Amino acid sequence: MKQNKRSNCNLQGNETNLRDKIVISRKQYQIQRRKRSNKTSEHPHAFQDHFNKLLGGIRFADFPYMSIPTLTSTFVGGEMAIRRAMSGRTAVVGARSMSSWWRSVEPAPKDPILGVTEAFLADPNPDKVNVGVGAYRDDNGKPVVLECVREAERRIAGHLNMEYLPMGGSVKMVEETLKLAYGVNSELIKDKRIAAVQALSGTGACRLFADFQKRFRPDSQIYIPVPTWANHHNIWRDAHVPQKTYHYYHPESRGLDFAAMMDDIKNAPNGSFFLLHACAHNPTGVDPSEEQWREISHEFKVKGHFAFFDMAYQGFASGDPERDAKSIRIFLEDGHYFGIAQSYAKNMGLYGQRVGCLSVLCEDEKQAVAVKSQLQQLARPMYSNPPVHGALIVSTILSDPDLKKVWLKEVKVMADRIIGMRTALRGNLEKLGSPLSWQHITNQIGMFCYSGLTPEQVDRLTNEFHIYMTRNGRISMAGVTTGNVEYLATAIHEVTKSASTC
Amino acid sequence: MDSVFAAIAQAPEDPILGVTVAYNKDPSPIKLNLGVGAYRTEEGKPLVLNVVRKAEQFLVNDQSRVKEYLPILGLAEFNKLSAKLILGDGCAAIEENRVATAQCLSGTGSLRVGAEFLAKHYHQHTIYIPLPSWGNHLKVFTMAGLSVKTYRYYDPTTRGLNFQGLLEDLGAAPAGAMVLLHACAHNPTGVDPTLEQWEQIRQLIRSKGLLPFFDSAYQGFASGSLDADAQPVRMFVADGGECLVAQSYAKNMGLYGERVGALSIVCKAADVASRVESQLKLVIRPMYSNPPIHGASIAATILKNSDMYDEWKIELKAMADRIISMRKQLFDALSARGTPGDWSHIIKQIGMFTFTGLNSDQVAFMTKEYHIYMTSDGRISMAGLSSKTVPHLADAIHAAVTRGCYKQI
Repeated sequence: MKQNKRSNCNLQGNETNLRDKIVISRKQYQIQRRKRSNKTSEHPHAFQDHFNKLLGGIRFADFPYMSIPTLTSTFVGGEMAIRRAMSGRTAVVGARSMSSWWRSVEPAPKDPILGVTEAFLADPNPDKVNVGVGAYRDDNGKPVVLECVREAERRIAGHLNMEYLPMGGSVKMVEETLKLAYGVNSELIKDKRIAAVQALSGTGACRLFADFQKRFRPDSQIYIPVPTWANHHNIWRDAHVPQKTYHYYHPESRGLDFAAMMDDIKNAPNGSFFLLHACAHNPTGVDPSEEQWREISHEFKVKGHFAFFDMAYQGFASGDPERDAKSIRIFLEDGHYFGIAQSYAKNMGLYGQRVGCLSVLCEDEKQAVAVKSQLQQLARPMYSNPPVHGALIVSTILSDPDLKKVWLKEVKVMADRIIGMRTALRGNLEKLGSPLSWQHITNQIGMFCYSGLTPEQVDRLTNEFHIYMTRNGRISMAGVTTGNVEYLATAIHEVTKSASTC
Repeated sequence: MDSVFAAIAQAPEDPILGVTVAYNKDPSPIKLNLGVGAYRTEEGKPLVLNVVRKAEQFLVNDQSRVKEYLPILGLAEFNKLSAKLILGDGCAAIEENRVATAQCLSGTGSLRVGAEFLAKHYHQHTIYIPLPSWGNHLKVFTMAGLSVKTYRYYDPTTRGLNFQGLLEDLGAAPAGAMVLLHACAHNPTGVDPTLEQWEQIRQLIRSKGLLPFFDSAYQGFASGSLDADAQPVRMFVADGGECLVAQSYAKNMGLYGERVGALSIVCKAADVASRVESQLKLVIRPMYSNPPIHGASIAATILKNSDMYDEWKIELKAMADRIISMRKQLFDALSARGTPGDWSHIIKQIGMFTFTGLNSDQVAFMTKEYHIYMTSDGRISMAGLSSKTVPHLADAIHAAVTRGCYKQI
């Protein structure tokens, strides 16, 4: 990742120096002020001039925004001067209006994933292809609303009120969701040992858990695989939970670096918290095999680690929700207590409805009640209670056996289409005579293929071929169609044919 | 293996939402829920506005609609219309592109996103909230990392505004501190400043360089007029200064559970607003990625269609009028019973809630003996009353007040 100029600064040293300077300069300023005769109106930028002279040419813009509170916390009343200094403006005599409080807010970098679609939409080229964001497309490249969802909406519209859900969300929807993850006849559900709340899709479930982890295990850290969905880092960071990483992807084989992963699991302090992708790892599409999951589970037992599963693709990976939950079932068999974030964004196509679920497996019902109550305490100051519409869709579908059958069929269709596209893409590349191995395209599973393309190759694909994907080489297979797979293969071949490795 | 969370204690019920939980458990046929602020019809039923049903049908029938992710900041059309709703047509700040707006999860979500943004980007970390305020305000701002102080607001002796106290406390606040202001229909007291008082508040806040953060949860619901209820916010924006506004459509559009709201940050300049907008995305993405589409689509449909908008205004006024009528009825009922004390605050206060002045003992008594559910601070939701149930409530208040175990209300 390119190093931002700002992050090269030695922040600690500079911040201390600046703080000292401000304190000194403030004292000097106050002394000078006292020396001046009583003036009712002082030159509004007197301090700023003084300040500027003192600090000379230091560019405040070199420091990230976080310096502002540090710099100005010792100093009240002169923050406007600092802001002016930061914006590089010189004192304007007689300027009477205060400047914005937000003058020094830097423009944020674009989200690496969502920014791709923005760029795609802005491109007028008719051949453009969007294999960026992970939203399913049909073979015509169009977004899909599942039939079971349309039917559910028809049943809902006009019949129900929009009252607040409880803080923990729709009880019915949560019940059905737990069955998917833990098994339809799960004893744990019957024994009420699972603390579960409706959450704002997968993101919201992860964030709630991260906040919960921070509050109740404040000394813990989270181990995150390399690579992972970029937002995982943001989530635990904003929850103020320190992060560590563990080996996962093996670039040379474009598969799992199992040995290194197991080493990291063994070497982590006992009782560490680990983020695991339950199936269809994002962005690599590389999952442990069943045997590997068993070994991982065993080692977790030995070390007393806590597993947090992010399951965003149940059903979407293999086409069979039961099969996709295998990792969880293994951990259940081995008697772990773990947590799960579930999402209906992809497998029910409910993306924008923000429907998901956070569950934490507990020792008994009493503990589950306690944990659930605490999760609700975290949801209340974030959004009070979760949105009702998407939850209604889910519970309508899953509690009606016929509608649920329709859903399962539709999920399989989506998964099968993606598997078909993997085969087609690999086939096309091999037909073109690519010197590289593309086996990984069909070995990997789920929505994404970690192509192994370099950022420079990705840039070429975008600039020369109008193909949009994230710069880590992740291809959203859902964006591949029979209509564009040849074009995609040709373009990839073009930018890789001279490379000995990809 | 032991659970890593074995030592976790059960959290207390949320004081407001817990009232409904208790109410639901009560088997009494005469029970009355005056706890959470959700509107009820004369029949005591939740209400989905006709215009909302229309908008919903319209959306369901539109086969071209998909369920894709919204952008991080939400539905752009909704954001524009929302800003216009609170800031007014022809608002200079909007025309000059100085307003950054993000669709958020109702009022709570808008407050939280705004608070997290402030904690990250604003140089002052103290926010002043009125005493009393909605219980969740403290939690929202604290979770975001701000420190919370209070300013005097409610005067228990007059059951009105402690204006002097308010001016003194805000006057003593450090320059740059944030101030939470209830745009109208103060929750829980129902006590609002007059426009003249608002003007004084505005001058004080601007002269001290304090940053106003408006919570607008009842626009249109308080007086029945969307414009009148937005006046305080518009006064502040008209002076060219900056502020934050959290809007909710839970009550005024009856969209409660759909979680529809918006956060607007009014900035001094367009380039500032655009940078602020970009930073709002960084707050939202690790919280829930992007907001839910359904409710905002309904709201946008209504706001942009002038017939639907007019229909909405009429239904909104009807709700506000029913509440004003309940106030009058309760006041009359207490007068008729000769209940000791001055109950005029019931008709002077505005919005969904009345701060009765009853203490927690009296509240507990009313719950136990009369099956009336309300928050222990004596706040009742007028929206939960009907002509049929006013007598029951009046009886309960009368009984609670004439019991021997209090000195003065």
